[in-house]
Amino acid sequence: MTANALYLRSPLHPLAGLLHRRSGLLLAVLLGPPLIWICVIYLGSLLALLWQGLYSFDDYTMAVLPQLTLRNYALIFAKGNWDIVLRTLAMASAVTAASAVIAFPIALYMSRHATPTVKALFYIGVMLPMWASYIVKAYSWTVILAKGGIVFWAVGKLHLLWLLEYLLGLPYIGGSTLSTSHLGRFLVFTYIWLPFMVLPIQAALERVPPNLVQASMDLGARSAQTFRHVIWPLAFPGVVAGSIFTFSLTLGDFIIPTLVGPSGLFIGTYVYVQQGAVGNMPMAAAFTVVPIVLIAAYLAMAKRLGAFDAL
Amino acid sequence: MSGQGMTLAVEFKDVSRHYGKVRAVDRVSIAIEDGEFFSMLGPSGSGKTTCLRLIAGFEQPSSGSVSIHGIEAAGVPPFARDVNTVFQDYALFPHMNVRDNVAYGLMVKGIARAERYARSADALAMVALDGYGERKPSQLSGGQRQRVALARALVNRPRVLLLDEPLGALDLKLREQMQGELKSLQRKLGITFVYVTHDQGEALSMSDRVAVFNDGRIEQVDTPRNLYMRPSTVFVARFVGSSNVLTGAQARQLCGLEQPFSLRPEHVRLARHAEPDGDSVCVPGRVADIQYHGASSRIELELADGLRLQASVNHDDSGQIDLPAIGDMILACWSLQSMVPLQGQSG
Repeated sequence: MTANALYLRSPLHPLAGLLHRRSGLLLAVLLGPPLIWICVIYLGSLLALLWQGLYSFDDYTMAVLPQLTLRNYALIFAKGNWDIVLRTLAMASAVTAASAVIAFPIALYMSRHATPTVKALFYIGVMLPMWASYIVKAYSWTVILAKGGIVFWAVGKLHLLWLLEYLLGLPYIGGSTLSTSHLGRFLVFTYIWLPFMVLPIQAALERVPPNLVQASMDLGARSAQTFRHVIWPLAFPGVVAGSIFTFSLTLGDFIIPTLVGPSGLFIGTYVYVQQGAVGNMPMAAAFTVVPIVLIAAYLAMAKRLGAFDAL
Repeated sequence: MSGQGMTLAVEFKDVSRHYGKVRAVDRVSIAIEDGEFFSMLGPSGSGKTTCLRLIAGFEQPSSGSVSIHGIEAAGVPPFARDVNTVFQDYALFPHMNVRDNVAYGLMVKGIARAERYARSADALAMVALDGYGERKPSQLSGGQRQRVALARALVNRPRVLLLDEPLGALDLKLREQMQGELKSLQRKLGITFVYVTHDQGEALSMSDRVAVFNDGRIEQVDTPRNLYMRPSTVFVARFVGSSNVLTGAQARQLCGLEQPFSLRPEHVRLARHAEPDGDSVCVPGRVADIQYHGASSRIELELADGLRLQASVNHDDSGQIDLPAIGDMILACWSLQSMVPLQGQSG
């Protein structure tokens, strides 16, 4: 009775009553601001960026002209530029594959076998590097991979320098030293993005009920069969989720390609150079479409593989 | 092998399973005969499910031995055991349709697709789910999932089927229907069923024999009828059906024998006048409560010394007196034969 009286005396009473009767209005109030943010600021700025790609650039005056043209988008397919796309794509695919191969056993151990304490240690181990500055990590890798660095020293102690020389001599992989080779760049990328692969796979495996594994064993499946027919299909959405991170982060990155690896631009470094040193904002904007299209194609493929069925 | 030459489907010899200090299963010995419908009954945490998992191979005994069809099971992994389990929450594979779920056991054994689909269809027909093969488990009701789990286990033609509270998640009507179907399926197939339940009604209505578990130990293994009529311990008398358990002191007061007794409520007759029968005991009491149960009523009497006694009165019994009212003084009578002596403490 008292509570009711208090409620009726509250100045917010008419408003609360209105929101209760018209639940659609409540939804609009709650969802409106974030939707405006998404549509206007988030997607709007992206569309403005793509629109920039239609502007012309005068190579002599270095000026952006408001004449609309498709030339920038066509230039993506020019020989040198297309090589940049392929180079980046190959690296993103390799990093994604390596991350998945390294992350899966870790995630499997964390989710199914580790005691709570060990699991906490693994969480820290996986996430601790993410707390350190990304730039510092990238620079420290240049030291690690440099000639005379710890990797060369360790390989030398193991009398395996011939193997390293051989790897560095391979086309598309090697370079003069580890820190200026594709191999070195690949190692750094895989190191930096690995946590983004471990955590989604671990979450997916965590959701597989243990009794499904028991049911599989009970029905006569050996461990390898249980893995192939039960654990892997149910964890696959997690692998796809992780690969979306590793793939798109590698595709857009411009710091690691600048610091580690051979010369030769990546999508990220190309955009960086175009908008910075060159000042060709329209070309930089047009090139931004490349990762967007690639990721869209990747998601479509993942959907066709049934990666989102179990979500 | 047992002395009588009877094949034992499952044999526990002095089996214990400890988790640290906790004795989930404490020196249990059971002999389950081939083709038997054997239930393990007990409250939660009494060790019955652990025993089932010991048979399935998900647990290893801390001591003692488990053998399945005469073969020592220690070290035999679950996938190599000739037993299959129907899990409590069914554990159907969510990413496979019903047919692939049922055919799973055949697939991992490398049986050709045509044969395993044919056998899968037969198994689905057996549980009255023809034509459901293309559906995903998420598209089925609880009862249907339960049948799929049953078909998935039976398609492998196991010699022992383990059922872990398979009807626990179903509503009452469906549960009763499935009880009948399970029992007739077991009769038809002639394979051994080991059935874990905490529902004494379920255990009594389906089983050939029931083992009653309490605190990791077995209290009694017997036929449902003997379990009900001749409970051997205080725990069994209380857990199976409802019973008046008289302590030794109470029994001495009522009939001069110092030992705990079980007295089923339906054996207590209500009378207005003492019966001139030397074989019966009659004590006066006040009616404290009456519960209506349809076919019968449960009447709670308060005897002179504060002891409470339950009596069950059938409504269509012409010999019975009319139902008393709360507060009435009345005589509770029973024959001495209906008092079953019990072992154990009656706290």
